[in-house]
Amino acid sequence: MDDKAGLTRREFMKLAAAGTGSLTLLAGCAGPKESRWVFLTEDDALLLGSIADQIVPPDEWPGGREAGVVTFIDRQLAGPYSRFQADYRKGLDAVTGTCLKIHGKRFENLPWEQQLSFLKDMEAGKLAGDAWKDGFCSRFFELLRNHSMQGFYGSPRHGGNRNYVSYKMMGLDYPQIVGQNRYRS
Amino acid sequence: MSKHHVQAVVIGAGAGGGVVAKELSVAGLSVVLFERGDWVPYDAHDHDELISQRTTVLGNAYGPDDERYRRVVVNDDGSTSIVTPSDGAYNNVAACVGSGTVSYGAMGWRFMAEDFRMKSVYGQVEGSTLEDWPIAYEDLEHCYEKAEWEIGVSGDAKLNPFASPRKKEYPMPPFAYNNEARMLESTMKRMGLHPFPIPMLRNSVPYSGRPACVRRRTCCGFGCPLNAKCGTHNTVIPAALSTGNCELRTNCVVSELVIDGSGRITGVAYFDQDNTKQLQSADIVVIAASATETPRLLLNSTSKQFPSGVGNRHDWVGRNLQGHAYTGAFGLFEEDMFDDVGPGATIAVSDFSHHNPGIVGGGLLANEFTRLPYLFSGIRPPGSPPWGKAHKEFQRRYFRRNVQVVGPIQEMPFFDSRVQVDPGVRDAWGIPVVRLSGHRHPKDAEGCDFLSRKAETILKEAGAFQTWRHGSGIGLSGGQHQAGTCRMGNDPLTSVTDRYGRVHDTPNVFVADASLHVTNGGFNPALTIMALGYWVGEYISSQWQHGNRFT
Ligand SMILES: Cc1cc2nc3c(=O)[nH]c(=O)nc-3n(C[C@H](O)[C@H](O)[C@H](O)COP(=O)(O)OP(=O)(O)OC[C@H]3O[C@@H](n4cnc5c(N)ncnc54)[C@H](O)[C@@H]3O)c2cc1C
Repeated sequence: MDDKAGLTRREFMKLAAAGTGSLTLLAGCAGPKESRWVFLTEDDALLLGSIADQIVPPDEWPGGREAGVVTFIDRQLAGPYSRFQADYRKGLDAVTGTCLKIHGKRFENLPWEQQLSFLKDMEAGKLAGDAWKDGFCSRFFELLRNHSMQGFYGSPRHGGNRNYVSYKMMGLDYPQIVGQNRYRS
Repeated sequence: MSKHHVQAVVIGAGAGGGVVAKELSVAGLSVVLFERGDWVPYDAHDHDELISQRTTVLGNAYGPDDERYRRVVVNDDGSTSIVTPSDGAYNNVAACVGSGTVSYGAMGWRFMAEDFRMKSVYGQVEGSTLEDWPIAYEDLEHCYEKAEWEIGVSGDAKLNPFASPRKKEYPMPPFAYNNEARMLESTMKRMGLHPFPIPMLRNSVPYSGRPACVRRRTCCGFGCPLNAKCGTHNTVIPAALSTGNCELRTNCVVSELVIDGSGRITGVAYFDQDNTKQLQSADIVVIAASATETPRLLLNSTSKQFPSGVGNRHDWVGRNLQGHAYTGAFGLFEEDMFDDVGPGATIAVSDFSHHNPGIVGGGLLANEFTRLPYLFSGIRPPGSPPWGKAHKEFQRRYFRRNVQVVGPIQEMPFFDSRVQVDPGVRDAWGIPVVRLSGHRHPKDAEGCDFLSRKAETILKEAGAFQTWRHGSGIGLSGGQHQAGTCRMGNDPLTSVTDRYGRVHDTPNVFVADASLHVTNGGFNPALTIMALGYWVGEYISSQWQHGNRFT
């Protein structure tokens, strides 16, 4: 549990976003703990991993977490998706806060079925609380869903779809060798 | 970089502009071709689905970027939103040498004779500015032929009985059908329809010094690593440059036309690659910046003589923005249909392009370009879960077992569907940006309903165990097939240019892109835009050679 480190990191991101610092500063920063994340805290990452596994559940093929969805989202939030940083900050905190209130547990510690019904409520815009007002509830779910799908099914160069796992699952050989694709039907 | 006076400036190195630049420079005119984007090599984005020109969630591979570009969209409730190019509401084509022709799906359709005479064939349509073109198919026929031979199209014209007459065959044989097309071919024939291989701006055999297509799954939305796809960037633009008469200035954003005290256009103002403002004088200015950016340029060019923008005396610049509602149906099958033979789309019918009872126009139907995994994750029958276990199972079960039959419906031009310039918002260079507003004509929904039912019938007949139709809403149309915003016409009161693309009231300003389209056909528009490039270019150069200096 290192909420403090998380806060520090967020302060940094705020500075970076305000133009008073830069992302490269983070790398040189001797924090209490080296993080593998650019934008997320360790707690955020745990939570997002559980959500990614609900969006694309593990079965005989890896789920969202194992495929690198969290890495994908983390990198995009520090890049092309920087416009969603505020939504993620607010949304992830609100998920944790709401779960603690309803279940006395963080989302990632809930049993599978409770996680699922929580996300269904979120999708339907049914979560109570100030943070979820004005359509934010289903809108944030939509972001999580879309970004998880992109991380799972998109190109590995962005940190997700590790080893082209989704392509393999769908029988899309990679690399594509024209005339020599070896599909089993 | 020389700032010497030139005979012609062409703005935009896309489908129309690339052709005009070549026509003029081959005729001996000195030309500067301006392009706001750059040459984009295939390796820059590879086959990355998330940064392509089809799925743009992380950006447009072939431009423009989200940092410097923006537009304003007027929402239904009158409120406005500022959007960037990776947002569909921006209605992007591309920004690079070749523009959309680098990453397009490369269907190379001719319009039919009826498409140029919509009002004569169907009569007035209530609430629509539907009109005949001032030129006929027969006028443009030789220009289509030039486009097909100089840029390169593969096809077999004999197999489409609905096509309007042509003098010459395609230069390359058609592509072989992929598996789903073979299945659709027998179905369509059984139904009495007339299937044929889609004419493609791709090399089916080596042509023009470039190799034949190897049929990758990443084609529509991507550049071609082999250079087997034919765009203006690898055909007419290099031909223009090799004359020695044409200079291509990339990363140069034209901001407005320069107007002298007497109201004559004397050249253009632009920001060069270092964002420094420059002037380029010219005898002739040809605008080919796309159906959203061409009207923006005209509207941003004001003076005492042109208080509301060049060519806009009667308020027609930017009006009648059209695109194509893409409508059709999906079918799920018990066995594999997908054989990973790209680019996916190979077969079409033109049986529903015209003369459909109760419908104005119609559209072609074809099978669809291969969808990569992320795009497919958004394709589900109504009511299916959009995430979770069942969603993932569907993804792997039906990726290889779904077929889409789809086509572009002829849209009814609508006066209030329009491009303006926003009074407040500016881009990175301080130029007022495009403001989009309006919606589709209600008649379009009838066309969508008609065409998607036909598509669904085909899929059912083909043995799909489940089918569902899709149309498109009533919202603003434009997008990759944007057209119509500077329509050509014989009457200066109801059009922006004459039949040669010359802007009424200004003897030396021409338009040569999809903006000229009076109507947008029931076909993908690129080959028609290229043909118009030849049409306008041919006119300017033959006049020039006869001593006309457009004064
Ligand atoms: C993914 C995709 C698939 C497609 N598939 C097909 C298909 O299969 N068949 C088909 O027929 N069509 C297809 N199209 C559409 C086709 O590419 C367009 O219809 C066509 O390119 C439009 O031609 P245009 O000349 O009107 O404009 P463009 O080709 O867009 O050219 C305009 C050029 O002007 C430049 N420009 C704009 N403003 C300025 C300025 N101020 N200064 C300098 N330069 C400027 C732009 O950067 C651009 O290069 C597709 C498009 C895309 C993106």
